[in-house]
Amino acid sequence: MVHWSAEEKQFITSVWSKVNVEECGAEALARLLIVYPWTQRFFDNFGNLSSPTAIIGNPKVRAHGKKVLTSFGEAVKNLENLKATYAKLSELHCEKLHVDPENFRLLGNILIIVLAAHFNKDFTPTCQATWQKLVGVVAHALAYKYH
Amino acid sequence: MVLSANDKSNVKGVFSKISSHAEEYGAETLERMFTTYPQTKTYFPHFDLHHGSAQVKAHGKKVASALIEAANHIDDIAGALSKLSDLHAQKLRVDPVNFKLLGQCFLVVVAIHHPSALTPEVHASLDKFLCAVGNVLTSKYR
Repeated sequence: MVHWSAEEKQFITSVWSKVNVEECGAEALARLLIVYPWTQRFFDNFGNLSSPTAIIGNPKVRAHGKKVLTSFGEAVKNLENLKATYAKLSELHCEKLHVDPENFRLLGNILIIVLAAHFNKDFTPTCQATWQKLVGVVAHALAYKYH
Repeated sequence: MVLSANDKSNVKGVFSKISSHAEEYGAETLERMFTTYPQTKTYFPHFDLHHGSAQVKAHGKKVASALIEAANHIDDIAGALSKLSDLHAQKLRVDPVNFKLLGQCFLVVVAIHHPSALTPEVHASLDKFLCAVGNVLTSKYR
């Protein structure tokens, strides 16, 4: 089980309390599809992903980005119990969605960049370290039920 | 992975903004890397790694200067970094995985100091560029 210090929990909740989940989620997913275009393979039914402008303006990307980051909020609320929190989603991503877990790591890194751009100097090195740890354990929990 | 004309232009654009902050951003990149990925400290047992360390500042300046050099010779990164590539292969032998970690921290530093410059397209180009640099530096490993 992952251990979180009091300081780490503080970094997580204080950053999360200032995140606009819809905006941040949309931006993170759009950047994932733009920076790592092969990730578009999972979104054939999203319509126009032909350019960065198209991706950023795509309403399905926005909606799905919001969905993904809302789910990330569950991690913030259940730091002591991430594997259980994501058990069903892990099975879904393996059995139905067939998503290589490497993609969770890519999205996690993108989320860090989005947070950094938003929080600037407040996103201190130790704050970044905490959030990299969080996205890493979320990725691990999402991959846990893979078989 | 090939850098398009757009990628090259995007990278040069970003570096024109950050060149004057080379030492500062290089040091911050390293500090973030050591904090976020403690295993990277194993390559610097001979360094004082505390915040504000003169050694980290000096090394950050070296790292940033190399990135600037690569950006200035973006049509021939392998040529521009050939000696550094030899150094990493023969002497330093930093495991290839660590270049991605450094790259992530460099992107974070750019995002923090120049958020409006790091549009999604520029982010993509810069990520590709950093991958290309990592590839060059590890190209002679075996």
